[in-house]
Amino acid sequence: MSWETVIGLEVHVQLATNSKLFSGSATAFGAEPNTQASIYDLALPGTLPVMNEEVLRMAVSFGLAVDAEIGKRSVFDRKNYFYPDLPKGYQITQLEFPTVGRGSLKIQLENGSEKTIGITRAHIEEDAGKSLHEDFQGMSGIDLNRAGTPLLEIVSDPDLRNAKEAVAYLKKLHSIILYLGISDGNMSQGSMRCDANVSVRKKGATEFGTRTEIKNVNSFKFVEKAINYEVQRQIELIEDGGRVVQETRLYDSDKDETRSMRSKEVANDYRYFPEPDLLPVIIDDEYIAAVRATLPELPAARCARFVSGYALSAYDADVLTSDRAMADYFEAVVTLCGDAKLSANWVTVDLLGLLNKSDLSISESPIKPEQLGTMIARIKDNTISGKLAKTVFEALADGETNVDQIIESRGLKQVTDSGAIEKLVDDVIAANPDQVAQYRAGKDAVFGFFVGQAMKISKGKANPAQLNELLRNKLKAD
Amino acid sequence: MALDKNDVEKIAHLARLQINDTDITEVAQRISNILGMIDQMQSVDTSAVSAMAHPFDAGQRLRADQVTERNQRDYYQTIAPATQDGLYLVPRVIE
Amino acid sequence: MLSKTVAELAGALTRKEVSARELTQAYLDRIHQLNPALNAYVTITAEQALAQADAADARRAQGNAGPLTGIPIAHKDIFCTRGVLTACGSHMLHNFIAPYDACVVERLEQAGAIMLGKTNMDEFAMGSSNETSWFGPVRNPWDQARVPGGSSGGSAAAVAASLCAMATGTDTGGSIRQPASFCGLTGLKPTYGRVSRWGMIAFASSLDQAGPLTHSAEDAALMMNAIAGTDLRDSTCLELPFEDFTAQLNQPLSGLRIGLPREHFTKDLNPAVQAILQEAIRQLELLGATFKEVTLPNNYLSVPAYYVIAPAEASANLSRFDGVRFGYRCANPANLDDLYKRSRGEGFGDEVKRRIMVGTYALSAGYYDAYYIKAQKIRRLIKQDFDLAFNEVDLILGPTSPHTAFKLGEKVSDPVTMYLEDIYTIAVNLAGLPGMSLPAGMLNGLPIGMQLVGPSLSESRLLNVAHQFQKNTDWHTQRPEV
Repeated sequence: MSWETVIGLEVHVQLATNSKLFSGSATAFGAEPNTQASIYDLALPGTLPVMNEEVLRMAVSFGLAVDAEIGKRSVFDRKNYFYPDLPKGYQITQLEFPTVGRGSLKIQLENGSEKTIGITRAHIEEDAGKSLHEDFQGMSGIDLNRAGTPLLEIVSDPDLRNAKEAVAYLKKLHSIILYLGISDGNMSQGSMRCDANVSVRKKGATEFGTRTEIKNVNSFKFVEKAINYEVQRQIELIEDGGRVVQETRLYDSDKDETRSMRSKEVANDYRYFPEPDLLPVIIDDEYIAAVRATLPELPAARCARFVSGYALSAYDADVLTSDRAMADYFEAVVTLCGDAKLSANWVTVDLLGLLNKSDLSISESPIKPEQLGTMIARIKDNTISGKLAKTVFEALADGETNVDQIIESRGLKQVTDSGAIEKLVDDVIAANPDQVAQYRAGKDAVFGFFVGQAMKISKGKANPAQLNELLRNKLKAD
Repeated sequence: MALDKNDVEKIAHLARLQINDTDITEVAQRISNILGMIDQMQSVDTSAVSAMAHPFDAGQRLRADQVTERNQRDYYQTIAPATQDGLYLVPRVIE
Repeated sequence: MLSKTVAELAGALTRKEVSARELTQAYLDRIHQLNPALNAYVTITAEQALAQADAADARRAQGNAGPLTGIPIAHKDIFCTRGVLTACGSHMLHNFIAPYDACVVERLEQAGAIMLGKTNMDEFAMGSSNETSWFGPVRNPWDQARVPGGSSGGSAAAVAASLCAMATGTDTGGSIRQPASFCGLTGLKPTYGRVSRWGMIAFASSLDQAGPLTHSAEDAALMMNAIAGTDLRDSTCLELPFEDFTAQLNQPLSGLRIGLPREHFTKDLNPAVQAILQEAIRQLELLGATFKEVTLPNNYLSVPAYYVIAPAEASANLSRFDGVRFGYRCANPANLDDLYKRSRGEGFGDEVKRRIMVGTYALSAGYYDAYYIKAQKIRRLIKQDFDLAFNEVDLILGPTSPHTAFKLGEKVSDPVTMYLEDIYTIAVNLAGLPGMSLPAGMLNGLPIGMQLVGPSLSESRLLNVAHQFQKNTDWHTQRPEV
């Protein structure tokens, strides 16, 4: 039996504002419990919400980035339920009239093709606080610092067909959000959280299967694993004659499995109704145009520009532009050294390799773009060879800072004096008469041997182009 | 619309209100009376009328993204029933 | 002295016939003497009041006193007062020392008014007789066997019995106007959005408005000058330039067109009340007003629509009372559910629980359209009725309440009968309009009010009409013997 997977993602993005959605409390991560909880956040009686204009701007900029319809009249609603991390007993959210309506974004599949994923909507809502389950004489502790932090909940259509697509979509969203600067996107701190709605159906079926919702998966890797586990679980369940139950499940990354959350109410009745403390948010074309004017160049456009402007391969351009910080890094390097191809190689291969090895982000890179740019410029002006540049790169990675000093102190400067190289070539030819004979007898492969010998003697510093030319001439001449 | 004991229990649970078993019948009766009065509305045809959530039609005023609150945790927690280490305590939350 | 109006007291203070401290002490003495019987105040802030009085006297000496500087006031216990118990008539908040001041409290303090204490009220403002208060009922100073009306019953009784010069109230369905009618006072519910709701414990957010309870329209205007105006902490508070509500008090009434809603003057209205209104109409005619019949055909639906919308909003507004961060918490909760259910079950009184349940039901799956949406549509019809009427007239005049104050215990056992008490006042809240009640006559020794309703933001006009009426009648000058 052949199965098809259907996945829709609900992604909660914490917006990077200074203050909360409806109060003037700070939103900093990691503060002492309840020190960022004002009387509004604590839901003291008589307090009222006043909306942060920056949240609206951020939501609209996201909407524009995914070509979405922008709600010119968005309405806040109350979603009612009791939970200790929800101080008012309702969450202010947007049900019927969200700020961001239908949009879409394109993801790149492994086979190189593109797929468009529909975005159903994105709405503004308040985050909840946190329940800490350490033991306080058998009680839980409630920290409301996070309560009221602005969230944008981005809901996708059920267009994703496997875990890899889901991850590609998530990475694309992550990239857009970072480009827009509307969130730090930090999944481990919960600034971006993902719920996955997963179902399976027989290939060719038109009806959706019963779905389960996997809550709060906090890394790209776990999203993939959680979905794969859940898909397998559902298929096995059905093939064994069972039925999938619509429920909320939690992914346990230690055990690599999902399990049912029994505490969530069987049938929630959230009793949504329009928030009477807030009037509708009305925006006009002028507002939308003003936000549009502030949008940065987005990944798709930047990628296209990298291909056309820098003559990069589509692959390199995609890798470089998926992360705004990386693309900025790359462009800083190019500006310094003037060679896009070389810069792309160094950034995507050496630098990314280094960062991956030490699990660092581009902004945490030990090598700054000015240093890498200078280093590549030294390759371009023949001060060092590409090969010895690796030594410079490693020194930079180890914390040294001045490229020219590294070259100087380690004597990495390339020999370009043709007299010196000529002497080197003469010495190598004189010392290896057998190989000279072989070469002259037509065994071209021996040429590499001479290059190797010359490089060995010069400790790699001979300019390769000059060396090659002189060697060929001398070997031919005699 | 007359409510029975079951309905009242369901609503009381949604609203997290404890209602004593001995009171339920009376509560059901009183709420049913209120709903009976409310049901006068049902005789009016409102199919062409749009819902009015608010007394006036206006847009929302927004505020600048500024931190205006300072930490007053200790003061605010003087009125809290149970706290420890700056946290509000509740019976264990089961995930 | 204590039975004087605010305007008269301000004069006496200016002429140095009395100091704010003397005045405050005199009111405190009277409260001490009479409050045990009336139960109008639940908290008396004597020490703070005297300190404020001294500050007011100093301010007057410096020459920068306003008309309310040194005037003793009582605040309905629905307004948060920093450092002072704010219980909202509920066991749920019996220990809630608010850590902040309501905007209304703040503004009156800035104006120099002296807070004598907090007044009793129906629990969470849910009631029309002040009998749902956890602190026990308030008694009407005109007849202590009777209710003062509700929910601002404590404030109304306090002003009527001269236990303060003026008081704040709130009005969600008539809670300022009906007690004003029962206690012989002038009470104004402003246009929705005129007065900030910041710090006013919410009952039904789209209906609640704070307003004055005073002896005269002039006093109400003086209070409005202090409390009205934009507050950025309330998103629903209107942005308007400062308005001096006393400026138009002395405008003549010639040319004024007043509408009499056909639906309010039927055989259902007590004939004695009807006669009193006719006399008031005659008086206003002498002052130059003309009258014509108008129609509010959907008014009869205002009580049903209100008893969906108000409880629906209240059911969410009152979810924050959960025994976690403030307020009442049940003893030894067995688990989270038990904490919620018992804290709320024990903390709220029956009427509050009833309304929370009605609201929860009206919003629940399967009933939302039939109840909540339906009520909102009817709300629009009610608003449209007023819009049409105000195309033809400047104001509407009618009864505030079907009758004078009723006896304690008379209606409390039947919620629906109690709800119908507000048949003339509720539509005004649904439409967000300004409405006021002012004394129009006496019936068997009890005061009875008439209601004036105007279009949005017409408070100055309402106060003008009321003031002119009061210049030519003396109903508002009558005081009960307590």
